[in-house]
Amino acid sequence: MTTILAANRPAYDGKALDLTGKSGARAFRNTLATVLIILCFLVALVPLVWILWTVVSKGYHLLLDPNWWSQSQRGVTVRRVGGGAYHAIMGTLIMSLMTTLIAVPIAILGAVYLVEYGKGTKAAKVVSFTIDILTGVPSIVAALFIYAVWITVLGFNRVGFAVSLALVLLMLPVVLRSTEEMLKLVPDELREASYALGVPKWKTILKVVIPTAFGGIITGVMLGLARVMGETAPLLILVGYSKNINLNPFDGFMGALPTMINQDRTELALQPAADRVWAAALTLILLVLLLNILARTIARFSTIKSK
Amino acid sequence: MSSTYGTAPPDRPTDRPPAKKLDLGPVGHLGDRLFAGLARGSGGLVVLIVAFVGIFLLALAIPALADDKSSFLFSRIWEPGGAQSKFGIAALFYTTLISSVIAMLIAVPIAVGVALFTTYYAPKRLATPVAHAVDLLAAVPSIIYGLWGILFFAPILRPVIDRLADALGWLPLFKKPASEDLGVVFTASVVLAIMILPVVTAISREIFAQTPVTHREGALALGATRWEMIRMAVLPYGRSGVVSASMLGLGRALGETIAVLIILSVPNGNDPWNSSIFAGGETFASKIANNAAEFDSPEKTGAYIAAGLVLFVVTFLVNSAARIIVARSTPGGKRPRKVRRVGDSDRALEGATP
Repeated sequence: MTTILAANRPAYDGKALDLTGKSGARAFRNTLATVLIILCFLVALVPLVWILWTVVSKGYHLLLDPNWWSQSQRGVTVRRVGGGAYHAIMGTLIMSLMTTLIAVPIAILGAVYLVEYGKGTKAAKVVSFTIDILTGVPSIVAALFIYAVWITVLGFNRVGFAVSLALVLLMLPVVLRSTEEMLKLVPDELREASYALGVPKWKTILKVVIPTAFGGIITGVMLGLARVMGETAPLLILVGYSKNINLNPFDGFMGALPTMINQDRTELALQPAADRVWAAALTLILLVLLLNILARTIARFSTIKSK
Repeated sequence: MSSTYGTAPPDRPTDRPPAKKLDLGPVGHLGDRLFAGLARGSGGLVVLIVAFVGIFLLALAIPALADDKSSFLFSRIWEPGGAQSKFGIAALFYTTLISSVIAMLIAVPIAVGVALFTTYYAPKRLATPVAHAVDLLAAVPSIIYGLWGILFFAPILRPVIDRLADALGWLPLFKKPASEDLGVVFTASVVLAIMILPVVTAISREIFAQTPVTHREGALALGATRWEMIRMAVLPYGRSGVVSASMLGLGRALGETIAVLIILSVPNGNDPWNSSIFAGGETFASKIANNAAEFDSPEKTGAYIAAGLVLFVVTFLVNSAARIIVARSTPGGKRPRKVRRVGDSDRALEGATP
């Protein structure tokens, strides 16, 4: 620790040790740094405020229309006003729900393996390393992989379920890592108390460890969901956009909010299309934000006390 | 960190013995074996999936690569399929790399500034909301970044691009654009920078907050100003963390698809190739997504899958480099990981300053 400090001292040619008080230059540098750092923060806030304002101000009025939540775009052309986003909202929800159903059990069991069974073994290190790789896989590569398996090799059609499979690859590492962190935080005393009562290990994990970490696991799931919901690349490659309501992820094309935006964005010069683009964008942001806020709220009330 | 204070007598080891030794006999043996098998299976499944990604992409790319009539790595032509299948990734590679590197160069200084602001400058009550606000940037879906980028941000960036091109136009990288096109690589880079900002900020913030109190107090006790304390104690301690955070941000930028796809204008097939960042172009991801409708013959699909494979390998290398940097340069191999809220560290700091 101290070596780090010692190694850096020469760069200060004794000035840092000037004990006669802050010289003008040093005080100036300190102020300059403060100003720059506050500026950085303000610069970072500009796009956030700007994007949110743009999307809200241009998209809110369609959201107030009840049709937006109950009708599809069936038969509505880009020049016509009307229709809603029901088909896209349902599509987004169905595909993310399928993703969650597949990804979450694997992620939780994988985390249980890393924390409870494989701790310190070589196999666990390999698993941990591959999760790191999976975290870095770009969504377009995940989509291409599923394309290669689902369509080229297995010969199936482009359907919503294929998108869910690609999203599993993106959601899995997020949920697994956060679950792992949470399981690590469960105090060993709880496990030991359970073992001392003669409870077998698997029951201890199911009845003691996982319930203790439950809030944190849910948080991870929500954050994972929020990540995959806005993904567009897999939708572009693995399913066609449909304006009709299709609730079956195994058959036919399916609408989703990102592809709905993508569909109309080329016609932004036309007012009805532009309105729909921004309203769909606002709906998507609201969905993602809702998940994020839920995740944070749950996290706040269910942090494991390590004392 | 396991906490076993109070329970164990001092002569016993405080660490829990490995889980195997705690298996207390025949109670629930079948359940245990089943459950352990499930857990192991899930771990193995993750490894299998990643191995499959590599193997499948490779298997489908090889036939197309064998038919390729031009050099895959060095050609700039992209005409897969047909009798004379020709495709090379040189142009894609260049645009992908240059846009992501510029994004990283813009994002990292700002991210470090924001991270320092939340950990050591913002008032304690502001620190958490500020951190959440920057995290919100990560919650905005990328297609919205793309739309906003090309419609609202690009026109504002246009005069900046003109000014930069006037000043630095003698370099091929900053050559003055031939057209007044808005969808240039530089615009995409700035939008990418905004998109990776929350990732880099979050990791830097965590590392900065972990600077040992003794380092900080030591610097302050020597009479350092707040900035000198940060330069002497916080930045050296967090350097490797910031480097790996930037690499992770770079990895994210390399693979970003839809925002780049919306922003970048695709150059005409007949146009001469332009190395300037003030011209349009295509990245791996945007090329693949843009031509998803063209995946009709195995030949063509193979060419795009080969491009995807290269992207996979590049992001893999960048991300591994990030992990290696962290693993090698942290004292004691690994940093202690704790759940901490932003603002915890401020209390300690304020206690140190009179």
